[in-house]
Amino acid sequence: MKTIEKIGLGLFLIGLAVFTAVPFLGNYTLSEELVLANTKDIHQEKMAEILAPMYGQEYGSNFSFLSAFGENFNTYNDNLKAQQLWDQVIWDDYGFALAKAAASSPVRDNPWLWLGLSIGLAALGGYLYNFRQYSDEPSGIKNNGIFHSKLKNKGWLGMITGGYLILFYILLYWFPAYLVNLVWMVEPVSKLLSGGPASQWFLYGLVYTLAILVMGVRMFRKYRGNKYQQLRTASVMFFQTAFAFLIPEILVLLNQPYFDFKNIWPLDYDFFYDYQISTFLSGGGMGMFMLIWGILLIIVGVPVFTYFYGKRWYCSWVCGCGGLAETVGDPFRQLSDKSLKAWKYERWIIHSVLVLAVVITAVTIANYFSGFSFLGNVTNQLHSFYGFAIGSAFAGVVGTGFYPFMGNRVWCRFGCPLAAYLGIVQRFKSRFRITTNGGQCISCGNCSTYCEMGIDVRAYAQKGQNIVRSSCVGCGVCSAVCPRGVLKLENGPEENRIIDLPIIIGNDSIKLNA
Amino acid sequence: MSARHLVIIGNGISGITLARHVRKMDLDTRITVISGESDYFFSRTALMYVFMGHMKFEHTQPYESWFWEKNRIELKKVWVQKVEFSENVLVFDSGEKMAYDILVIATGSKPNKFGWPGQDLEGVQGLYSKQDLELMEKNTNQGVKRAVIVGGGLIGIEMAEMLAYKKIPVTFLVREKGFWDNVLPKEESELVGRHIREHHIDLQLETELKEILSDSKGRVRAVVTSLGEEISCEFVGLTAGVSPNVDFLRNTELKVNRGVKVDAFFQTNIPDVYAIGDCAEFENPPAADRRTIEQVWYTGRMHGETLAHNLCKRPVPYQPGIWFNSAKFLDIEYQTYGTVPPKWDDSELESFYWEHSSGKVCFRMFMNTAGQILGINNFGFRLRHEFFDQAIREKWSGEKVIAKLDKANFDPEFFAPYYMEIQKAFKEQFGGNFQPAKKSFIQKLFGASV
Repeated sequence: MKTIEKIGLGLFLIGLAVFTAVPFLGNYTLSEELVLANTKDIHQEKMAEILAPMYGQEYGSNFSFLSAFGENFNTYNDNLKAQQLWDQVIWDDYGFALAKAAASSPVRDNPWLWLGLSIGLAALGGYLYNFRQYSDEPSGIKNNGIFHSKLKNKGWLGMITGGYLILFYILLYWFPAYLVNLVWMVEPVSKLLSGGPASQWFLYGLVYTLAILVMGVRMFRKYRGNKYQQLRTASVMFFQTAFAFLIPEILVLLNQPYFDFKNIWPLDYDFFYDYQISTFLSGGGMGMFMLIWGILLIIVGVPVFTYFYGKRWYCSWVCGCGGLAETVGDPFRQLSDKSLKAWKYERWIIHSVLVLAVVITAVTIANYFSGFSFLGNVTNQLHSFYGFAIGSAFAGVVGTGFYPFMGNRVWCRFGCPLAAYLGIVQRFKSRFRITTNGGQCISCGNCSTYCEMGIDVRAYAQKGQNIVRSSCVGCGVCSAVCPRGVLKLENGPEENRIIDLPIIIGNDSIKLNA
Repeated sequence: MSARHLVIIGNGISGITLARHVRKMDLDTRITVISGESDYFFSRTALMYVFMGHMKFEHTQPYESWFWEKNRIELKKVWVQKVEFSENVLVFDSGEKMAYDILVIATGSKPNKFGWPGQDLEGVQGLYSKQDLELMEKNTNQGVKRAVIVGGGLIGIEMAEMLAYKKIPVTFLVREKGFWDNVLPKEESELVGRHIREHHIDLQLETELKEILSDSKGRVRAVVTSLGEEISCEFVGLTAGVSPNVDFLRNTELKVNRGVKVDAFFQTNIPDVYAIGDCAEFENPPAADRRTIEQVWYTGRMHGETLAHNLCKRPVPYQPGIWFNSAKFLDIEYQTYGTVPPKWDDSELESFYWEHSSGKVCFRMFMNTAGQILGINNFGFRLRHEFFDQAIREKWSGEKVIAKLDKANFDPEFFAPYYMEIQKAFKEQFGGNFQPAKKSFIQKLFGASV
């Protein structure tokens, strides 16, 4: 390893350590004013009363603060629940807002400094580590040592990485109150972009985008000389930075609804939820445009683009989940299971999620148009179940935390309902396929090993068949790592898309029709 | 009558292709595949990637382990010691015996050793089998400050790449004037040679191995070259070709020359005994541009396909179509279709050669005096098999091939359209009634520069 890479790795680790330590800094002091300022009008009085025992007390850590908060708050709610006074129970979780308000820490006082020391150093270190990789070697894809790696082959480093990611996601989705110091750290960035305060989602968006950008640089280095990979990586970097991160924030700055123009239902599962629809409808011309744009993408964009280019136009050129998988997840792509058994599970699970998403949405829309007479608030329960099980646990915790265990496309492969929808179009009506170059395959297995979607590419290639599969996201890596240049992604005429020759080119001994 | 028992010795591409195709056509035959090398069929050509950590050994196995039982292909991991042809019985080194009705010998190759002094020292080895790979892992595990590879060919360059992965400096001794120049024309051979050196591999041409020197523990210490130079090294790779792995069949009724002698139907001199793949030696070359021993993955596969047909349907002679092959030299991919001689007589052949300014991409096409295509070599970009199979078979004019070269391109989207430069170069050299393609809008916008 060259010096500059070592420095980069060192900086990255320092940044990561600071990032990990930040939530534990500072102390927490709650006052009545803070409670009043951070609760809804209907709860203000009650919350001020419930939390009164905490006023003026200094809590030395987020643990002690949040446990005191939980004790007071839950005692109140549990009492009501025991008496079955459901309408008086406070369902809103004020933990995050109050912890954020109550925190006083060097991070809150000096956010830029701490941002620089944590995320800044990590990103800089990552960049330094990546930007000159392979500089003394001729261009060519080097998967050298991947299966000798402690990180990339389910070694102890991989286990730690996976564990860290899973823990981070669990905190982010269900216990964000523990992360308020990190949120304070990005507060000024949020103010700068949207004028509003930062939430844990803003923190996540920022980290996510930077991770894609830094690891995108790694992709440029690793796949030097492969124009397809370069452009594809640039594309996901662009869509993440502009469409997923900056534009929604700028929309908010301009008093428009927050909206990610590239996020498509049913991946964007709350697109048709009543609160989302009301946001669109009350968002004026822009809101209306967002609603129509979203619907057009679903019913026209997806089938038409997928017909011409396969689902890759979305999954490996545009999508944010795909963007993370293709950049941060690239070192783990070889860990996806290629067994027939995995494929069987995959088809059941992903299509079940699609059905679930469609049913929930249909029920929601029916309920909305019937003025909530159809199911009342039951749809909310459905939404929270789906949001918890699929949106958070599956897409987030498993989807990303499992990179070092099951490869980088666990969510895309087993869970994403949009991928399932795109896949159905791709499988049955598309010009896209991976073409095999005649009889040139040597069954070496590089293609299958590096397929992040767990497709046994070799099984087709060694028979000289084109590869037409609903799960293929068209990342092009099978083609890139093939040592004999046997594979190519192609949009061609639908005729001869699927070919099945028992004897491939090169053998004239056997006449097929004789 | 009980079903016949087909026994195949060797689970390489030929033997396994045979077993699979027989099973496809015939549900009754009992099939047994014997190999002492590995439990399951694996891709031998991928061994280098296991060494370099690109893959695990399991990844080189094209079929999951349930495949064999499901298809009723019995696998037996044992080495065959001898064959008693008169009794249709195999004898294993465990002493166990197995009877067969039909025997197919598909035992592949072993690395050549030409009687160099010291060739059996510790740290000296070839690379062909799984055991060779394991030995190489052991031999290069530590204490190797320099390695010497003897013999320039595909296995040699693979070994060089493997050693480079372990950051072991490599000296590559090649007897000929250029790398693999008994197969590649001069320009291509030089192109690969430059690329080898670019990887800091010390390629020494026109140099032979004279002797391998031992240290006090019977381990290699140095080699002496034909130039009298002594090169200190702790590892020596012998890659001067391979020869049929048939020693256990010598001095039996079976006719064995360099390999097991077979006719065009893979039939040996003994009824119901066949040989396919690397270990078979044809009485007559299967085609004018072919050799009597074919040691290529693809031909092994075709041998298997053809013999399966012969055993299950009706006998047809082995007739290879248009020759093709491919390889990768470090980072440069290579494909070849048709007849491409390393040396030729200008009065019989016309050669068109184009090389990109990077010195890493080139294209060569041979034509007969009538201007018809005979074969091509391409390095650094990909060309379509079907296209050249058809063009060569139908004897297209070189001009027609070049005019349609865009159809032959097999590079992924956005790659540099080298075919345009090739078309221009051909038109300048040979003329021709076609317009070289121009970059499309998308190519101008996103395509790599040629």
